[in-house]
Amino acid sequence: MPDTKQPATTVLELRVRNHPGAMSHITGLFARRAFNLEAIVCVPEADHATSRMLLLVADDPKLEQMQRQLEKLHDVLEVRHRADIGVGYFSALRW
Amino acid sequence: MQHTGATILRTLLERQGIHTLAGIPGGAILPFYDALHGSGIRHILTRHEQGAGFLAQGMARVTGRAAVCLATSGPGATNLLTAIADARLDSIPLVAITAQVPQALIGTDAFQEVDTYGLTLPITKHNFLVRSIEELLETIPLAFTLAESGRPGPVAVDIPKDVLNARAEITAWPEPGRRRATPPCTAPEIEALAALLAGARRPMLYLGGGVIGAGAAELARTLAHHIDAPAVTTLMALGTLTADDPLNMGMLGMHGGKGTNLLMREADVIFAIGARFDDRATGKVAEFCPRAAIAHLDIDRAELGKIRAATLALAGDAAETLTCLLQRLPAQVHPAWRARAAELRAAYPLIHPAPAREPLHPVNLIRSLARLLPDDVIVTTDVGQHQMWVAQAFPFNRPRTFLTSGGLGTMGFGLPAAIGAALAAPERRVVCVSGDGSILMNIQELATLADLDLPVAVLVCNNAHLGLVRQQQELFYGRRYSASRFQSATDFAAIARGFGLRGVTLDPEDDPLGRLASALAAPGPVLIDIPIHETANVLPMVPPGAANHLTITATELAAAHA
Repeated sequence: MPDTKQPATTVLELRVRNHPGAMSHITGLFARRAFNLEAIVCVPEADHATSRMLLLVADDPKLEQMQRQLEKLHDVLEVRHRADIGVGYFSALRW
Repeated sequence: MQHTGATILRTLLERQGIHTLAGIPGGAILPFYDALHGSGIRHILTRHEQGAGFLAQGMARVTGRAAVCLATSGPGATNLLTAIADARLDSIPLVAITAQVPQALIGTDAFQEVDTYGLTLPITKHNFLVRSIEELLETIPLAFTLAESGRPGPVAVDIPKDVLNARAEITAWPEPGRRRATPPCTAPEIEALAALLAGARRPMLYLGGGVIGAGAAELARTLAHHIDAPAVTTLMALGTLTADDPLNMGMLGMHGGKGTNLLMREADVIFAIGARFDDRATGKVAEFCPRAAIAHLDIDRAELGKIRAATLALAGDAAETLTCLLQRLPAQVHPAWRARAAELRAAYPLIHPAPAREPLHPVNLIRSLARLLPDDVIVTTDVGQHQMWVAQAFPFNRPRTFLTSGGLGTMGFGLPAAIGAALAAPERRVVCVSGDGSILMNIQELATLADLDLPVAVLVCNNAHLGLVRQQQELFYGRRYSASRFQSATDFAAIARGFGLRGVTLDPEDDPLGRLASALAAPGPVLIDIPIHETANVLPMVPPGAANHLTITATELAAAHA
């Protein structure tokens, strides 16, 4: 029997500067550091100067390192671990 | 007053205190070069943009302040990339300014268009694409602040030509970008660190380039003596302790002393300061300092626990933290431990033939060189065997006197970095120790050196090979020498003369050290080609991927081959 268990995931919430390069910086970081990134939701805030992002990421020992690397990005203003948001939030968005 | 984007950029750089920058003009950046014409900023015209990048790095590594390099769009920008990536890995403050095709042409595959923003994104601390004059006024000061604050690094600023040509009335200028202070470690953290060190019986300091970056070299020396702890340095931290300091155990890791690597295995507390547990330093990380509790202080919180979990992880500025620590920490003595360090150091000296018999053996050569140069000489290297021989044998006694490409390991670094160092420290002697492989990677900068007539000596350790590749093929690839030998001999002295410089070739049979001394004594730039044996290897050496205690010494290797 193949192992069908999904790897454990968790959610990071970011507040970022809303400009064209911010998304590249964030996704580029995940690619470069070989962190898993399963899903992204990004919505501009009311003032359009900032956006909020939810990232569905692997819940593994690299999580803390991932958060610290995200915090170093100039365009990332805040990083919060949102263990309260389940993977179901993302599956509900499927169309 | 009416300004263009180009004159705004020039004014912002002047206000930033930039008086020298390096680059090469081209189509998209012409408006800025027009603005430079007749300005007080000195522009150094290099012969390749990578040379401009490393020249700026040389200035930044000597001063600790952000330096500026310039390139036009397309190939100008791509040629800068290696120097930018190099600055990133060695945490060097650099502001790389590139011009871009006009915004109306971006995305059309225009002439000399390349996605500089996308290319520099993964190799900079931060990067910008400036879309308007308003953004330019914000971005330039911010670029300097980011490059110099916290852990230093390169910042790239890409400016489309239409922004350089745009006009605006400027009534008030933004404040120049300044380094932001790093929040200090908390008092309880300092207490915990003091307690850990006070309880140590076999403490060691593991010092990285961050110590020099923070201006904390003297504090680190004081701490070593205060708690009687032997100290090891990474390649990037050489010069933090004086060479003759009895607590200086030299460089750790792949080409560190075997005694040094063995001593680290016996330590019960390792205090890592501004070091990032690089694989060349730690060897197989699971077996690095297995008996030690590790205290790790770094200005970059993301370095804490990245490679090795620390018993005590502290994010903060090294100078400030060590100052607080020294006030709280009682002095200690560890005579037995210090004796053990001395014993291991004596047991594993750097092996080399007698100088009288082989004066041009690289270890002998580097030591003779040091004797011929003033104590404040700045030494740059390229990358390879010569770099490791300099690291092992040159007695560095102060920080910022050894400039080398540590993290990226870029051949071609040495010559342009030496030119930058000589510009930044005009009263000092600068020597670039290179190899016959490395020097060819940026040899065109001899023309820049000839323009500037700076007191830079370039020493080419010439074994007609890519020596460190040859060495690894000998030791680990069954002596199958694949693409490591150069088929034709290059007359480097003749090339130097072709650039208008003095060029000297040493003959091993004809008083080579006397000729070296006279070549160095004459004023102005010089290239000295020095034949060395291709079979000379850099030893000791930890086999790639092995634990550091498995260091192979020259003696062990000779016994294995006997």
